[in-house]
Amino acid sequence: MTLAPHQHLADHERPPVAEEIRGVRRARTTPPWWFALPALLLFAFVVLVPSARGVHYAFTDWDGLDPSFSFVGLDNFSAMLDDPDATAAIWHTLLIAVAITVIQNGLGLLLALGVNTAIKSRNLLRVFLFAPAVITPIVTAYLWRNLLGPDGAINSLLGTIGLDGLRQDWLGSPQLALWSVIGVIVWQYAGYSMVIFLAGLQSVPKEIHEAAAIDGAGPVRRFWSVTRPLLAPAFTINLMLSIIGGLKLFDQVYALTGGGPGHATDTISTLIYKDAFTLGEFGYSIALAVVLTIIVAVASTGQYLVLSRNERAAS
Amino acid sequence: MNRYRRRTFALELTMIATALFVGFPVYVLVNLAVRPTSDTSSPISPTTSPTLDNFSQAWQQGALGGALGNSVLVTAVSVVIVLAVSSLAAYPLARATARWSRGTYLMFLLGLVLPFQLASLPLYQTMRDLGLLGTPWALVLFYSGLQVPFTVFLYVGFLRALPRDFEDAALIDGCTPLQGFRYVVLPMLKPVTVTALVLNTVAVWNDFFTPLLYLSGSAQQTLPVAIAGFVGQYVTDWNLIFAALVISILPVLLVYFVLQRSIINGFAGGLRG
Repeated sequence: MTLAPHQHLADHERPPVAEEIRGVRRARTTPPWWFALPALLLFAFVVLVPSARGVHYAFTDWDGLDPSFSFVGLDNFSAMLDDPDATAAIWHTLLIAVAITVIQNGLGLLLALGVNTAIKSRNLLRVFLFAPAVITPIVTAYLWRNLLGPDGAINSLLGTIGLDGLRQDWLGSPQLALWSVIGVIVWQYAGYSMVIFLAGLQSVPKEIHEAAAIDGAGPVRRFWSVTRPLLAPAFTINLMLSIIGGLKLFDQVYALTGGGPGHATDTISTLIYKDAFTLGEFGYSIALAVVLTIIVAVASTGQYLVLSRNERAAS
Repeated sequence: MNRYRRRTFALELTMIATALFVGFPVYVLVNLAVRPTSDTSSPISPTTSPTLDNFSQAWQQGALGGALGNSVLVTAVSVVIVLAVSSLAAYPLARATARWSRGTYLMFLLGLVLPFQLASLPLYQTMRDLGLLGTPWALVLFYSGLQVPFTVFLYVGFLRALPRDFEDAALIDGCTPLQGFRYVVLPMLKPVTVTALVLNTVAVWNDFFTPLLYLSGSAQQTLPVAIAGFVGQYVTDWNLIFAALVISILPVLLVYFVLQRSIINGFAGGLRG
């Protein structure tokens, strides 16, 4: 390792023995670069190389089997603009990501504020409300497919409490199906958001709250001026997780509606799967994956820049 | 604000009501799973003559035992590989200041943004050429690479906050770098290893898209794919399907309730790590 220029002068003034020891220490403490090699090889084999090949295939008419395929330029992307299923899927994906981000984190924050009080059941509530988040998404989705059916438990419950008028074909109606999918995801992950907000809330020192209360700030004012800025890191993580998770959504849609009725709930990911494995249009399917990649990259870097600026402003 | 007042009691009731509302689907799940097919009463009224027949039938017809074994194998092997290679890689990446180190780390960060959908189709072809399609090893290889960026990210963040003095002392005392890592650095990484273990285990265990692709048509399934196949086969026999769902949820919830403190802290741990 080389020493930084400003250290040369300082080292020069030291006795030679000290310099020698210092030099030896410096040289030996940096772990060898090849420690990173196994991880790098696995990562390159599974992610980097196939992703680069994917970007290449997006400009071809590859069918997944035939080794002879031709370069078709931007044809796959312009075909996407003319494909109502693709534009609808992109729109659904964006809508799901935004809706989940707002609703799941809004509820998660309310739950966290409710649990982070003097109530006696707080620990039990934390464990129970988080539990859905560890269950396999495909399993919760099949459970909800039955609950949301025409004769399912949700409609039975509505009938029992005298709200027959609200009974719906939750997954069969093109207008409702997308919101039912969103509801299922919020049910599963609101507790996850809560846990992250709770960790943030517990890092807010009580003294600050008490001082603000003595100064005459009400609960709303205390939340807005004291708690909210200190929750900034929790917001960053929660918003990142829900927006990226929402954009990549596949399992729940596959199990709840299969993208239907019609294409009313198709997302980019379900369309990628269908186009590749039922229609054999690998090139087109990978072009969709490239679009998804661009959306995820733009959303996460944009969000990171905005939120880290807020975090700095808050601290 | 720490006193228990009437308003606190009202809040407590509201929160418990919310928890019951969240738990309602699980009640229906168990209620229908123990119900004989002949019982056609409302799904929310309690089952009058509960039976365990659905469970034994689902276990046998869904071949859930084999799928459970595959899931355990795939998850255990891939998570061990991911933790080993990622912690080892994070060590020089967190300590070295050279350009290669920063460049490599940025490349791993790029992996956080790339959705796996982009890589999974071209990789499908590679797996086919290697003859791995339809075997659990395709999945082990896939997760061992896919989970690396995130895990490296966790480890590097944690390592940068750790003092170097112990490693320096170990090296001066004559440890090789590998021994220094194994006996000095790795034990200090325990908190972040728990976080990485929890998050990776849940991610790999629950994944559906990848095994759906790489194991389709094969007799070797993981639990999520076996469940999906089971649902496709017994379309309307919901009592049987629900028994299968309970079987697949049970081990997860059991582990969760026993280890809830470390698991919840693991999920919340990204905040500190």
